[in-house]
Amino acid sequence: MPEFVLTVARFGFLILLWIFVFTVVGVIRRDLFAGVRSKSIVASPRGVGGAMPAGRPAKVKRGKAARQLVVTAGQLAGTRITLGELPITIGRAEDSTLVITDDFASARHARIVPRDGQWFVEDLGSTNGTYLDRGKVSGPTPVPLGVPIRIGRTSLELRP
Amino acid sequence: MKTQRNAELGLLAFAMILVAAYGATVEANRIGEITPTFWVPAALLSVLFLGLHFVVRFTAPYADPVLIPAVALINGLGVGFLRRLDIGDALSEKLPVPGIFAGIGGRQLAWTLGSLILAAILLLVVRDHKVISRYAYTLGLVGIVLVMIPAVLPSSLSEVNGAKLWIRLGGFSIQPGEFAKLALVSFFAYYLVRKREVLSLASKRFLGIDFPRGRDLGPVVTVWLLSLLVLVFEKDLGTALLYFGLFVVTLYVATERASWLIIGLLLFFGGVYLAYLLGASVGGPFANFYDRAQVWLDPFALSNYERLGGSYQLVQSLLSLGTGGLFGSGPGAGSPRFVPEVQTDFIFAGMGEEIGLFGLSALLVVYLLIVERGMRTALNVRDSFGKLVAGGLAFTLGLQVFVILGGITGLIPLTGQTTPFLSAGGSSLMANWLLIAMLLRISNASRGPAASGAGSDRPGPGPKKAPTQLHGAMTEVIQP
Repeated sequence: MPEFVLTVARFGFLILLWIFVFTVVGVIRRDLFAGVRSKSIVASPRGVGGAMPAGRPAKVKRGKAARQLVVTAGQLAGTRITLGELPITIGRAEDSTLVITDDFASARHARIVPRDGQWFVEDLGSTNGTYLDRGKVSGPTPVPLGVPIRIGRTSLELRP
Repeated sequence: MKTQRNAELGLLAFAMILVAAYGATVEANRIGEITPTFWVPAALLSVLFLGLHFVVRFTAPYADPVLIPAVALINGLGVGFLRRLDIGDALSEKLPVPGIFAGIGGRQLAWTLGSLILAAILLLVVRDHKVISRYAYTLGLVGIVLVMIPAVLPSSLSEVNGAKLWIRLGGFSIQPGEFAKLALVSFFAYYLVRKREVLSLASKRFLGIDFPRGRDLGPVVTVWLLSLLVLVFEKDLGTALLYFGLFVVTLYVATERASWLIIGLLLFFGGVYLAYLLGASVGGPFANFYDRAQVWLDPFALSNYERLGGSYQLVQSLLSLGTGGLFGSGPGAGSPRFVPEVQTDFIFAGMGEEIGLFGLSALLVVYLLIVERGMRTALNVRDSFGKLVAGGLAFTLGLQVFVILGGITGLIPLTGQTTPFLSAGGSSLMANWLLIAMLLRISNASRGPAASGAGSDRPGPGPKKAPTQLHGAMTEVIQP
């Protein structure tokens, strides 16, 4: 074997090894973006998302639809849930949509349900109560955009 | 979420091309020509991994696409390196080039086949990782028994190179501790899911850190003692570190209290320092540990280098890594046989001489990516049991690579650990492939549609509700 071939093989292998590493990183990156894209596919509540095309949200003046539920405080701060047509349950139980590990939350604490394009928060008989801004939630209460829902140390908001 | 199975297939093909290229370079350097059969080991491995790929395609379609190709690359390069050792040994004794199924390389191929079959069986049998939690206590018992067997067996049946980690039956030896890892992770995860509330709620604040109550500290102290016993009876710091680190980290993941990490590290370093002092003064079962610490502190001291079982091996390893330099001598062009045990514990030193820092760091990044995918799985999966198992398994893998790599580079005292997927040896390969199969199973639940990944069959408070109502939304963590 000529020396030249051996040198090419030696460095070629190392380069190929690193190309593999970067290809793997590329797949992981694509995987992350696939998650973002699928998020935007989830439909808004009936009658709102359909009436407002996702392409021009800036022109709409009033009645912006809530598209996301964002955790603003607490251990899960930063978590976003894309709102669909289905209710969202919050609590410490494993099968809740949003599982919060808050010491002051009950297993099945509260529920956020869509009704005619408006989202309502409803307390499910929790021990420490659910608060919408400063007021305690007793029955199904409509949730305006950007008003904090407080559950224990966790705080949630609807966002467009 | 896309299944990404085709990406997995593509990466797998790439990995196998790399393995074939490695084989060709080895033959060019060692034999002087590339034989017409250089591609056969890579092709055989491709068939095996393709089999696992199809099992995953049908039983865990949403599983992480990176795990199998990354592990396949490391496993394939391991087989390639072991075959390179066979070729080198045969040529130095003026024998013909050994066949593909001969020697340690051929045996590693067979072990790979066995491991992949085990992994496929695990994927086929366990369709939902939460099923494992039902057998948690049995698994915990099995794990402890497996750890203890080599300690109670007589040395003639369990000792290899000073470490009592084995069960030897005739020409066949298995390392039960490797399998115990998996069982113990499942048990720890189940125990902590049940106890996490009391461990994280009841605590006293001291010096700005939340310390748990004494009675909740019980399990961690028990495991600490257990790992020290392993250290003493099996003469192995690595295994002790592995089990203890595993428990502390699952505890930390379950409770989110950094105090556990601090307590754990203090206990571990305290215990190790005590063992070192005892080894210096009392000797007995601690003497081996004291010797290893001496070797670590000054491998180039003549008294350590010339002693039987001293630092010769570590010095050879450091020298061969140094000889390799940045780019290495090229696959097949080094002299790995100067390092004793280069096929098992010191495989990184042998490979490091030939692929250099540049290649070795690529391999390390591949390990890092495997661990990262495991941690990502733990972050995304919805049930706490799955979180703890995935986090624990990924951490174990990372810790094991750290322990052995730290050992052969002289960063920490050397201990008998295999390099996952790379070293010759069936137990390690099988156990680690089972670990990957578990991660694949859990990542299938975490990346898949929420309905299949959620739903709880653990006894929880309150009535069960229809899943359709609960899992309509995609949860995504944007920032930690």
